[in-house]
Amino acid sequence: MTTTITPAVPDIVPGAARQPRNHVSLEQTVRNSFTMAYRGLLKIKRTPEQLIDVTLQPVIFTLMFTYIFGGAIAGNVSNYLPIIIPGILAQTVITTSVVTGVQLREDMDKGVFDRFKSMPIARIAPLSGALLADTVSYLIATTITFVMGFVLGWRPAGGLGAVIIAGLLVIVCAWAISWVFAFFGVIARSASSVQGISFLVLFPLTFLSNAFVPVDTMPGWLQGFVNANPVSHLITAVRDLTGSGTIGSDFFLALVGAAVIVAVFAPLTVRAYMRKA
Amino acid sequence: MSRDTDWAVEAHGLVKTFGASRAVDGVDLSVRTGTIYGVLGPNGAGKTTTISMLATLLRPDAGSATIFGHDVQKEAQVVRQLIGVTAQFASVDERLSATENLVIFGRLLGLGRAEAKRKSAELLEEFALTEAATRPISKFSGGMRRRLDLAASLIAQPPLIFLDEPTTGLDPRTRAQMYDTIRRLVATGSTVLLTTQYLDEADQLADRIAVIDSGKVVAEGTSNELKASVGESSLQLRLSDPADVEDTRRAIASVLGVEATTSEPGRVTAPMTNPDAVTDLFITLREAGIRLTEMSVQKPTLDEAFLTLTGHGVAETTEARDASEPERVSA
Repeated sequence: MTTTITPAVPDIVPGAARQPRNHVSLEQTVRNSFTMAYRGLLKIKRTPEQLIDVTLQPVIFTLMFTYIFGGAIAGNVSNYLPIIIPGILAQTVITTSVVTGVQLREDMDKGVFDRFKSMPIARIAPLSGALLADTVSYLIATTITFVMGFVLGWRPAGGLGAVIIAGLLVIVCAWAISWVFAFFGVIARSASSVQGISFLVLFPLTFLSNAFVPVDTMPGWLQGFVNANPVSHLITAVRDLTGSGTIGSDFFLALVGAAVIVAVFAPLTVRAYMRKA
Repeated sequence: MSRDTDWAVEAHGLVKTFGASRAVDGVDLSVRTGTIYGVLGPNGAGKTTTISMLATLLRPDAGSATIFGHDVQKEAQVVRQLIGVTAQFASVDERLSATENLVIFGRLLGLGRAEAKRKSAELLEEFALTEAATRPISKFSGGMRRRLDLAASLIAQPPLIFLDEPTTGLDPRTRAQMYDTIRRLVATGSTVLLTTQYLDEADQLADRIAVIDSGKVVAEGTSNELKASVGESSLQLRLSDPADVEDTRRAIASVLGVEATTSEPGRVTAPMTNPDAVTDLFITLREAGIRLTEMSVQKPTLDEAFLTLTGHGVAETTEARDASEPERVSA
């Protein structure tokens, strides 16, 4: 059996006759990012087992924290639910975003990233696309946490609309924070070291917040940090929304915090990524 | 700004250092549009690093390079629109199928959904991969991967294609197919810059060859020029009667005007500076009654050229090749 290979190049436009541009438009950046996100989703479809932790973690965390802390902090479980569900939500979804950095590291070690670098695409697209695809994980984690809360007896007074807005807010903020872990993913040498560094950041960020206990039970010096932590604002915003359907200043502070993180870490990450090229 | 249309690649004094080692140490290259250019050298000579700089994957520490007149550093995004890169290790996504890979690359290059699908089907068909189109790449053989990799580089129909060791790890049949593919690419108007550590590959494919060693270009020219730079062809005669050796050497000295050598009884070797005079030599030998059992003209091989140019021979290259492809040794 012999196969003849004919290249699909019937008429090559000569290099000198082309009119290429040295600038990538915003439109192309967005388009490239969505194509890369599509690639990320295809990979999830091929290896659905990577979603196991995203699915199980909200279930386990919600059950665990509600029953361990419920009686001690709020007297009983049902009083604790309006406090803990927003806290657990922020904590689980942000924890999920660590996976972004780990997977990015694994992905970048593959040869396909060399091709992306040699293609005339937006430099940021392989990163932003991967981060965009991961919002699917955040959506899954958010939905499961809310459902678990409902099963345990949580009845958000804010109504369904407010719950959806709260969920979206958490996803947007988690996406912003995932840039921090993406940065570690780009600069670290191995996937396991990404995980190590990321958890060092993750634990203070999520536990030194108002997620599990009232802030006024903490020592004064710690309150300062906890109140400045954008995660605290995020959790308060979610409590406002789900508890009373209101959007307060915390909602906007959380968004500002998210914007600042992206403004700092997105350029850092892209630059580190390009230098590694 | 003048753009010279004749040159697909022009590089001057490219340098890249990794720590203390100078991987590429002042490389000059000029590749004429529409030709195949071979960069030949042993492992670690700096071939891949050179290609990476030309393909905007690595920033040169010194020197400059242009692709169709566009600077690789200042106009990197332009250069990327003019090149296709097939790296040494398959740059495709292992977990996705061949079609999915090509469609994603096509979409990234600005093709519409339908257009990307059509183009991917077309390329898979032409590279004889249609049957494997929906299988994950991790199930592909080495030859299939290289073909898919090359197909992926051709989506945008780039006028310049970099092939880093395109036949490494291929069996003789797929290697011959790859040669055909490369020749056809050039026939349709592409320019190809390929690296290889196989001397015969450069000899067969490339219009011009740069021999690179320890980050430096040690010789450049057509394969004939490179061979000629090592020395002229030699005439080898085997005599039916070893006793005639002295008479034969005298005849060679008088007719060809060169000094012949005898390596073994009855075997005479003479440098052949003037092929035209060889006829006279044969007539002289016939008249003197000296009978030949064998005669041949030995051209210097590219291996000998390589040995002479780099000064350390091709032992490690040959070794690497023998280890990876036992079938070629017996061939």
